[in-house]
Amino acid sequence: MKLQVATRHALFAVLELAAQADRQIAASDIAEKYSISPNHLAKVLRTLGRAGIVEASRGVGGGYRFCGNAKRLNLLDIIAVFEPIGPAAGGREAGDDTREGRALRLVMNEIEDSTRATLSSITIDTMLKIVRRTTPSTAGAPLRRAVVARSA
Amino acid sequence: MPQKKAVSAPKADGAPAEIVIDSADSTDLKLIVRLDALTTGNAKPKYWKHLLEGSRAHPDQQFFLVARNGTSLTGFIVGEIRAWEFGSPPCGWVFAIAVDPDHRLGAVGSRLFDTVCQRFRKAGVTKVRTMIARDSQLIMSFFRSQGMMAGPFIELEKDLDE
Repeated sequence: MKLQVATRHALFAVLELAAQADRQIAASDIAEKYSISPNHLAKVLRTLGRAGIVEASRGVGGGYRFCGNAKRLNLLDIIAVFEPIGPAAGGREAGDDTREGRALRLVMNEIEDSTRATLSSITIDTMLKIVRRTTPSTAGAPLRRAVVARSA
Repeated sequence: MPQKKAVSAPKADGAPAEIVIDSADSTDLKLIVRLDALTTGNAKPKYWKHLLEGSRAHPDQQFFLVARNGTSLTGFIVGEIRAWEFGSPPCGWVFAIAVDPDHRLGAVGSRLFDTVCQRFRKAGVTKVRTMIARDSQLIMSFFRSQGMMAGPFIELEKDLDE
């Protein structure tokens, strides 16, 4: 499964904001940490805002803040804001009505059901625990240090 | 020992009460059956009695723990050490957990899970496993929150009347 670019941006943004839920973070800081387009991230954050997952504040010291429930909001909730996922996502395709097409659909549904079950069972709170357990990559270390230094 | 009553309501102020994790005994059976029926809709008294007896007969291999809050029972967990099933070295299996809905989000499940994991470690195993229905999002989210991830096995099945 490959997530669309906007979905990945959204997941990174939510994880970043939820990890520091007591403070507002500039979109530019998030964009810099993950090496992503600030313009694209801004659009993604607006979509997350309309979904009630983050909220923005303007002016000096403005930025974004996570306003969801990290113990209830799961990965599938966020992904579903940006892209369809699951058996209905692909629509009807040529050959679907043949026995072979139906057999192939059974197998693909098994994979999609498993994917949905995995994504819907991992809350943002759990994802942050997984992040903390994950060994940091040395390649991104200088950039992360720069972001931390800027926001300190 | 004080008389145990039905599953109780939480404290009025919502604060987590003093939870004690303990091995289940025969006087807990009625409340275990009741709590299971409350959460699954299925009363299975013989099944729980069988598990309870197993844990008392093999206390170093089978663990049936309960969470007590004063005189009420707020949850239970059942685990067992199994060896060489499907070629797996000995590992701990959690095959039942339940928390009174009125006492959820109070770390009762986490305390039960931590305690059964301690028992597993003490018995010398270093891996804990469980199996969950794919659509049981609540319970799967709970185990995920405890750090569990997908393992190397996939459950397969078929209808025998095919």
